[in-house]
Amino acid sequence: MANTRLIARLDIKAPNLIKGIHLEGLRVIGDPQEHAQKYYQQGADELVFMDIVASLYERNSLHELVRHTADNIFIPLTVGGGIRSVDNANNLLRHGADKIAINTAAIKRPELISEIADRFGSQCMVLSIEAKRCGPNQWEAYYDNGREHTGMDVVEWAKQGQELGAGEILLTSVDQEGTKKGFDIELVRQVSDAVSIPVIASGGMGNEDHLVDVIQNGHADAVAMADVLHYNRLTFKQMKEAAEQNNISVRKWAA
Amino acid sequence: MTKKVTVIDYGVGNLLSVERAFEHFGAEVLLTSDPKHVLDAELLVLPGVGAFHNGMAELSRLNLVDVISEFATKERPFLGICLGMQMMLSMSEEFGETKGLNLIPGKVIKIPDTDASGNKHKIPHIGWSALRKPSADTNWDQTILQSTNEGEMTYFVHSFTAMPENESHRLADCEYDGRKISAAIRRDNLYGCQFHPEKSGEAGLKMIEAFLKF
Repeated sequence: MANTRLIARLDIKAPNLIKGIHLEGLRVIGDPQEHAQKYYQQGADELVFMDIVASLYERNSLHELVRHTADNIFIPLTVGGGIRSVDNANNLLRHGADKIAINTAAIKRPELISEIADRFGSQCMVLSIEAKRCGPNQWEAYYDNGREHTGMDVVEWAKQGQELGAGEILLTSVDQEGTKKGFDIELVRQVSDAVSIPVIASGGMGNEDHLVDVIQNGHADAVAMADVLHYNRLTFKQMKEAAEQNNISVRKWAA
Repeated sequence: MTKKVTVIDYGVGNLLSVERAFEHFGAEVLLTSDPKHVLDAELLVLPGVGAFHNGMAELSRLNLVDVISEFATKERPFLGICLGMQMMLSMSEEFGETKGLNLIPGKVIKIPDTDASGNKHKIPHIGWSALRKPSADTNWDQTILQSTNEGEMTYFVHSFTAMPENESHRLADCEYDGRKISAAIRRDNLYGCQFHPEKSGEAGLKMIEAFLKF
């Protein structure tokens, strides 16, 4: 695999950076721009901005934030939340997003995955999956921040997403999200082993051991984290040191 | 004196970051698809993401294919990024065979879907990889890599890779699971990089700065 990517995930309820538990019970953290800049300087490999109320209002409201981010942050930026069409995606790309993450609209109309991949390339099309455990080794795909269920099996949906042209999967465990108790390792491994595209594990990271665990045992190609960064529990330097001590290769970066 | 950079806009991808990276060093950026502006460019940048055949079809539709070839004879600096680099080659194996700009002889092929030991690996190659000199003779002085140290990492996202015919056109390589990837190519003042310098933090910004000094 490539060097494992460590990704700062910023969930945003405009104009604030927020953090929830199980994607709900939101607390305001601060200004997303300031935090994005801080994580860039600390050595984040990528950023993800999620407009977490966008699906509710059926539109993404992060355009201005994305545009300002491009002014002084020079790492890849994925933007998600409320993107329903090729035009919506194009508009965010023109504002400085590199990749588009889609959950709700892809569930409602899976062809959207192909439309975006055909127009902008698969590398732009990140399929975002919210997974809730519904039995032993079984997970169901949810949307609207883990509130609405679909009846769809997560592993099958991931495979279908890849077939339709997704270039990457952002896999969030609703059960683990915000708990700091570690990733749903079994979930990540099952999805990562079932597809040939990279999988970003999200939800549950509380310490360095969790990071090592989800890479070594969950076969994650990239790891997204929020809580440990927003509450200053870990720096990227600490995480990269922990990774290297466990023979996981990461981006070398001199702060 | 303010450098003027012309960035070819053929409708796909994040051009704002390319623009901002050059502006970061005080350059004036023109985003255009006008053949006249492209031909008259002081420094020309061909960015791009997505599929080779789509990219070439758009350049062709905008009457830019011959214009870019003509620009390339003028000894002014040219930089192709990601798909923009791939299109500098003669042809691509993506969807049968598609002709490229033929600025550098060679072809674009799919990254093998197994690693060097034959195990399945993830495609696209997404992430940060270290730049290496392809041979003992490679010299990065007076190139876009003049301030780059071997081993510095840049951000890649691609499923295809360039195979220049002439080894001397390889400026930098990287490895993906033991598979050799052409990371940067060069013929005279024509540069291409598979990675995104505008998305590679300080390591990439140094290359943008070096390009602006040509």
